[in-house]
Amino acid sequence: MVTQVTAEVTYLEAVRAALEDELTDDPRVVLIGEDVGVLGGAFRATAGLLERFGERRVIDTPLAETAIVGAAIGMAVRGMRPIAELQFADFISCAYDQLVTMAAKTHYRFGIAVPMVVRGPSGGGLGAGPFHSQNPEGVFAHIPGLKVVCPGTVQDAYDLLRASVADPNPVLFFEHKALYRSLRAPLVRGRRRCEFGRARVARPGRSLTLVTYGGMLPRCLVAGDRLAREGHDIEVIDLRSLVPLDMETVVTSVRRTGRAVIVHEDTISSGIGAEVAARLCADAFFDLDAPVMRVAAPDAPVPCARPLEEAYVPSAERIEAAVSRCLAM
Amino acid sequence: MSTARGAIGTEVALEMHRWMVLSRVLEERLLALYRQGRIRGRLLTGRGQEAIPAGAALAVRLEDVMCLLHRDMAAHLARGTTPETVLLHYFGKATGPSRGRDGDIHFAEWSRNNFPMVSHLPDSFPIAVGIAMASQLREEGVVVVAFCGEGATSTGAWHESVNFAAVFQVPTVFVIENNQYAYSTPAERQYRARALVDRGPGYGIPAVGVDGNDALAVHGVVAEAVERARLGGGPTLVEALTMRMDGHAVHDDAAYVPPGLLAEWRGRDPIDRLAADLRGRGVTEMRLQADWLAAREEVEAAVARAESAPDPTGDDVADGVFA
Repeated sequence: MVTQVTAEVTYLEAVRAALEDELTDDPRVVLIGEDVGVLGGAFRATAGLLERFGERRVIDTPLAETAIVGAAIGMAVRGMRPIAELQFADFISCAYDQLVTMAAKTHYRFGIAVPMVVRGPSGGGLGAGPFHSQNPEGVFAHIPGLKVVCPGTVQDAYDLLRASVADPNPVLFFEHKALYRSLRAPLVRGRRRCEFGRARVARPGRSLTLVTYGGMLPRCLVAGDRLAREGHDIEVIDLRSLVPLDMETVVTSVRRTGRAVIVHEDTISSGIGAEVAARLCADAFFDLDAPVMRVAAPDAPVPCARPLEEAYVPSAERIEAAVSRCLAM
Repeated sequence: MSTARGAIGTEVALEMHRWMVLSRVLEERLLALYRQGRIRGRLLTGRGQEAIPAGAALAVRLEDVMCLLHRDMAAHLARGTTPETVLLHYFGKATGPSRGRDGDIHFAEWSRNNFPMVSHLPDSFPIAVGIAMASQLREEGVVVVAFCGEGATSTGAWHESVNFAAVFQVPTVFVIENNQYAYSTPAERQYRARALVDRGPGYGIPAVGVDGNDALAVHGVVAEAVERARLGGGPTLVEALTMRMDGHAVHDDAAYVPPGLLAEWRGRDPIDRLAADLRGRGVTEMRLQADWLAAREEVEAAVARAESAPDPTGDDVADGVFA
């Protein structure tokens, strides 16, 4: 299709636009999942697509995540480009075996490519409790053979989803449900145009590097703007994908700023922040002026009540406080 | 119940005999290699169960897809995989089908439309459903035949897959190789039903029981199910009753199996049975023995060639994780 710049759209509308454009441009693409057709998805990410593309392309299924993901693998190994929706990213635990045992290892074992996308809403902040708010990206970033993508902007929700469909590997695409309707921006819509696996400098700066992705990106940008008023020039790096992990962009930034704070909503221990910190220690140790620090959720399930959840999900204030501590060292 | 056994041509029956004999000879040779320490890991065999993979494999077309398991060597062979390829895999050779990345019976040639198994059974069932959905959506006319044991019928993945296939009426045949033991666990610890075919009505699909040691009967039942699937009639559940004649794997002496049970099933050996049938059709003893001689010759030559093939070096250990 022809490239076009749309009026302001939400992050959710950008996801829907990417799905619509993939269905239009690539006859191998099908959507499969619970309530994706008649309902248009629990969050309306697939609204109107059944009507436009028909039930051979937009497939409502029984409530069965193992079968949904397994069926997508089956279609993928036969050359289709299935996009499976998990109604909430939390339900990926039901499909863990198919993803980890089959999708992740089939190419390594026998050279059989599995070009598929599993997408779903992740993240907290909406009072949805321990089973509709999780950030499973860290768990799956640990599994060789799976790519893990976490868009933090409207444009990336579109570009990275299209790039994920184009990729010949299984890609887990974790949208952030708190961004669905809160982020708005004009969208450049059209061909697949994203370079997959490259981090992005979301805010240039000189005194400290904030490394983040997904739902924490807007909060890091807010923190950066506030800190600017205090005279601190903060660089914000949006990782965009955890696998591949673009450490080159991170290391280049930290060599320049000498300080790094990693921010994610996933729980802290053994999260992707630990990996980034370890690699910074190996590759930028002599450029560091302070220890690498992390801001993340505590090692606990996502709680439900507002005061608890506000204490749980890293806020701009917590990010600012960590940056200030790091700058003071 | 199904296509009459007698209606299956002698040529097809002879072909089954050939693959069942080759499977038996190849696995006996693998057993010797394993005991000599020349192959690593584990060894699982399909001895005594060859009628099911052989009967089923000859009931499908080469463009149909089979999701095969650890007791289905005869189906690999019937669909064109050579003993040499099997041995390259067992030896972990760089030129084998997984280049040493997987081993033992975790194996299949996807180029021959056989999907490789994993240990987590029946993990290929949901994938079989997806392959069949692709066939249905693109009107390929491809049918998928997926195998599992009776143990795997206890899992959630089994239920999700059979239900999914039934809802979408996709062209699938689910063959349960009920060999009465899942490792040490007897069938009465797996399910309460009188027989697993009794589950068919619960899924709204046809279900057929068959003597799993009768290659001709298996062939007839699977052929009928495949035909129904190809014509849009949806999935069929086939329960083929047999007996696991070795342990779960070679390291398992299966002391938990009552000796009388094994003795009883020894008298029902599927190769002996098919041979008797063929003799009844006028096939000579010499013709039947020729299959054994040819199999031994082919396997011996394959062992020599495969064992001398190059090993992987380790330089590329992390290559191929991604496509």
